[in-house]
Amino acid sequence: MIPFSYSRAGTAEQATAAAASGHRLLGGGTNLVDLMRRGVEQPERLVDVTGLSDDIRPTPQGGLMIGGAVRNAALAGHPAVRREYPVLSRAVLAGASAQIRNMATVAGNIMQRTRCAYFTDAATRGCNKRSPGSGCDAQGGFSRYHAILGGSSACIATHPSDMCVALAALDAQVHLASAAGLRVVPLVEFHRLPGDAPHLDTVLQPGEIITALELPPPPAAMRSAYRKVRDRASYAFALVSVAACVTVDRGTLTDIRLAFGGIAPKPWRALRAEEALRGTPATPQAIAAALALDFAEAKPLDGNAFKLPLASRTAMAVLADLIGDAA
Amino acid sequence: MAISINGRDVALPDDPRVSLADLLRDDLHLTGTKIGCNQGGCGACTVLLDGARVLSCLTLAVQAEGRRVTTIEGLAEADQLHPLQAAFIAQDGFQCGYCTPGQICAAEALLRELAEGLPSYVTADITAPAPLSAEEIRERMSGNLCRCGAHPGIVAAILQVAEERAA
Repeated sequence: MIPFSYSRAGTAEQATAAAASGHRLLGGGTNLVDLMRRGVEQPERLVDVTGLSDDIRPTPQGGLMIGGAVRNAALAGHPAVRREYPVLSRAVLAGASAQIRNMATVAGNIMQRTRCAYFTDAATRGCNKRSPGSGCDAQGGFSRYHAILGGSSACIATHPSDMCVALAALDAQVHLASAAGLRVVPLVEFHRLPGDAPHLDTVLQPGEIITALELPPPPAAMRSAYRKVRDRASYAFALVSVAACVTVDRGTLTDIRLAFGGIAPKPWRALRAEEALRGTPATPQAIAAALALDFAEAKPLDGNAFKLPLASRTAMAVLADLIGDAA
Repeated sequence: MAISINGRDVALPDDPRVSLADLLRDDLHLTGTKIGCNQGGCGACTVLLDGARVLSCLTLAVQAEGRRVTTIEGLAEADQLHPLQAAFIAQDGFQCGYCTPGQICAAEALLRELAEGLPSYVTADITAPAPLSAEEIRERMSGNLCRCGAHPGIVAAILQVAEERAA
């Protein structure tokens, strides 16, 4: 690691001021400290923001406001989250290990780098995300964990968060603050696709920080599930994951929100499939046909083409369970 | 400007690059805490921070200012074996022993998490307290790797202590 200074911010104002003066924000450190030790990240000034809000409280609209410094374990274990948003508890519990979930913060989870093994290998590998213009060694490399949707010739890394996949399906909103004021961005619009600028993971502006995450009220009778497929049973990134929130009325899907992890540089909402399936009985054949609409633009590589049928079948299984349980 | 480590106040390092694992091992010679991968992948460096299990290799020591750290050296009373240490011996929960301090610190926290009714990814009903089972323990210990493959003994040892405490 290169030398750096360390300070703490006690308020959002202090944190935005520090961010505006070029400090990197430090949450639990489970991604940033690791990348610093590998020489991938080289911040000269860190400001610890774990002293900011770690409250989880109801909103007047009937949703939840989750402070950016809430630890992942606290989010997954919170009674209201377990009861009203089980897909979120399950997704957080599917991620990393108990130790990392105790350390990692909600804001840090969202801000973790979209990355792959070529990105983290600073010593020997070219990576446009780490060093713009140095090429993408993942193209033609070991692509099992890479994106089939949303990538570019510059970058095909995936965003590894499980939590964010559930947040995408829940229509979560990210609350941001800067010296210029406050703004709110839907989680599904917060992460960027790489295009020709893969070093930019998100739409967060310089001097801006995440203060909180807002969940809208859960629809009445919403049923939800999170399923993660990976190379070992636990403590591994997703090959494919699915978050689904549905409402079923007498065999008909009256509402459906479907998001995928592991297949794209950001949590991937299957909006075309949702549109095609809403108001239908959602038979397995209909689900497969609907997902084909979203996956039509996929650009799989030899090493990850299996993700297309895997994503489709995982979603079919999750939806069949949810619809079947409601019958 | 101090960290409480096993009940003793320790000054913060001057250099913020020092990890909690390095502070424990190199400065305080508390070498029970092990460094396996030094990148958050193996769990050998697990310690308790204010009672919660964390990875000391990815924790900057300065982040622990004002907080309470418990390492494997601080788990048991005096020269007594901690019940988990005794159970690991009784159940053959290790071979080379390198991952064992991290396993035991993680297991101590796991037992508290179970007692608090917290769910895991394999808990069927996450609105109710999680049941005690080998499947639950395997999932909850997935952050601690054992290259010797002593996992069956590790799970048996933790189950044994969980049952003793529930009795």
